[in-house]
Amino acid sequence: MDSSIIIEKSVIILVVFAITMLMAMYSTLAERKVAAWLQDRIGPNRAGKGGILQPLADGLKLFSKEEFEPDTPNRFLFFAGPALAMTTALMTSAVIPWGDKFHLFGRDIILQATDIDVALLYLIGVMSIGVYGIMIGGWASNNKFSLIGAVRAASQMISYEVAMGLSLIALLMMTGTLSLREISMQQAGMNWNVFYQPLSFFIFLICAFAETNRTPFDLAECETELVGGYHTEYSSMKMGFYLFAEYANMFISSTILAVLFFGGYNYPGMSWAVENWGVNLANVIGIIALFIKICGFIFLYMWVRWTIPRFRYDQLMHLGWRILIPLSILNIIITGIVMLRAEIAIYLGF
Amino acid sequence: MSTILIIFCVLSAVTIATAFLTIYSRNPIHSALYLVISFFSIAGHYLLLNSQFLAIMHIIVYSGAIMILFLFTIMLMNLNKENEVHKPRITRLGAIVSFCLISLVLIAIFINSKPIVGEYISTGADYQSIKVLGLVLLNEYMVPFEFASILLLVAMIGSVLLSKKEKTEK
Amino acid sequence: MSIETISLSGRKKVVSNKEMTFLEKMYLLAIIKGMIITIKHLFTRKVTIKYPEQVREMSPVYRGQHQLKRDEQGRENCTACGLCALSCPAEAITMKAEERKADEKHLYREEKYASIYEINMLRCIFCGLCEEACPKDAIYLTTSKTLVESSYDREDFIYGKDRLVMPLDIAMKNTQLKNAN
Repeated sequence: MDSSIIIEKSVIILVVFAITMLMAMYSTLAERKVAAWLQDRIGPNRAGKGGILQPLADGLKLFSKEEFEPDTPNRFLFFAGPALAMTTALMTSAVIPWGDKFHLFGRDIILQATDIDVALLYLIGVMSIGVYGIMIGGWASNNKFSLIGAVRAASQMISYEVAMGLSLIALLMMTGTLSLREISMQQAGMNWNVFYQPLSFFIFLICAFAETNRTPFDLAECETELVGGYHTEYSSMKMGFYLFAEYANMFISSTILAVLFFGGYNYPGMSWAVENWGVNLANVIGIIALFIKICGFIFLYMWVRWTIPRFRYDQLMHLGWRILIPLSILNIIITGIVMLRAEIAIYLGF
Repeated sequence: MSTILIIFCVLSAVTIATAFLTIYSRNPIHSALYLVISFFSIAGHYLLLNSQFLAIMHIIVYSGAIMILFLFTIMLMNLNKENEVHKPRITRLGAIVSFCLISLVLIAIFINSKPIVGEYISTGADYQSIKVLGLVLLNEYMVPFEFASILLLVAMIGSVLLSKKEKTEK
Repeated sequence: MSIETISLSGRKKVVSNKEMTFLEKMYLLAIIKGMIITIKHLFTRKVTIKYPEQVREMSPVYRGQHQLKRDEQGRENCTACGLCALSCPAEAITMKAEERKADEKHLYREEKYASIYEINMLRCIFCGLCEEACPKDAIYLTTSKTLVESSYDREDFIYGKDRLVMPLDIAMKNTQLKNAN
């Protein structure tokens, strides 16, 4: 391993980290703006031009708030909760291909922090440990509301992880690889997976809503029953971290949706662009295309939030365990039959 | 010392220390969390052996699923020092004696066993690749693989049966 | 017309408890319908008024703080007849009448005047009935933007003549304006 590859990877990691943070920051503004627009209002427009500095103002406000600490059984865990939530939210971006490659300084630079063989499993693994941040924080708050909120959020997340994993299996049967880079490459042109696996996409979308604890599945927070849910006792920037992690998660899951089902960085006519405009320019457009897709999904999240009322808890569990899981298993069977249709036809003697 | 050796030493220290703390700490939640860290460091060992698949699966299954269910039950049961079950002295003595005997046996085995170091047969196949792994599992080890799945199915059916309420006759 | 068939909005819908069909149970159509409704609102005109730069139009029938008028010579109009107090639905007005002395002719227009005139602003509902009842054009509800100034004490909300009577210089200015016209 030469030093240039270390520099290259560090730069990519830094850039990805910065972009994730920036997107999460501006998602908070976008959320407020979209909410306002959908309700015939204008939204925040005082800080900066059109409210462009609002996230900074919010951050500054959170930083200057009093750091409150409850009578916690373990101070370390109380601090570790939000940190873990944030870490797991940011860890996912390591395996996402943001573009194909750049050709700079006489070498190909792959626009991905790391291209591991088991990237998709890594995503599921990171998602499954994302529950710890919530559970530890909720428990260390030493508050019944926090604990129940944490248990609710965690049980919801682990319930929907099952359906999410199963819906991905149908996709994997088709792609035959776990590497996100290869999955992106297979979708070149308009061969987007969503056209081949609409049911899988649909189940994954619902599960992504549930995983990020957003409306209509935002049962972890409930003023009347649970006060603020697992972050009732948190204040200042620790609270900010939890909220920020939620938005970072939203960005990441939008990215995963775009990469897995909507062709990632591919756009129609990309191969033509590579031939005529060169690799670099074509990939810059690819990155822009990916971010347009991501922003579309983030908008979808917000749009749904201001349309659909939330579920009741038993309805949530019913949907997860008794509708989505059988549906995704059915999807796996259908995919299998379609893939082996030639063999089946021969076997049946057509 | 090479980097890998340093990482191995650190990981081993973390694994052993957290495993010890799991047993030693009085708060059940703390022990569960130490166990989680222990699992993570074991996943790190797998990564050192260049088996990414095993490492990730270990994290998903143990840290991501089993330990979370553990934490769930512990948190909801609200175990604390006040209602800790006090074991009688004879049980504790028995535990110590049996532990000593087992460690005696284990140490004896370790001392007397001869390490069998064979040649590492390089077939050229990359066993870290999930493709190769899948082929091996579903070709050569098809029968044990399916038996494992049946075992899991039986466990699932058993738990469903246990949790089902018996119909009371009126 | 029986009460069941009346529909004020014209959009009355009778709630039925019929079994939903499979398609309805999936809620997908309903969700898409809802999403279309919300996205339509994205393009509608925003109703927000950006306050400091943009001020909402004052209604022509706006009723603000009360004022006891003076006439062209700066004399108080009020004759303490008590009709305003009588008409007040909130019973906010009290007054005490007194006879005008010979040397007070430049102060009060009629022979009788109100020596004490108080409106309890905690009771007042700004309905403007006092204004309508007044035979002498004495009390008016102005277009002042503040209705009542905030305070910690209840006594501060009982407005006496010191705060209700139109200041003399403004009355003089009004007269000059009138003469100029």
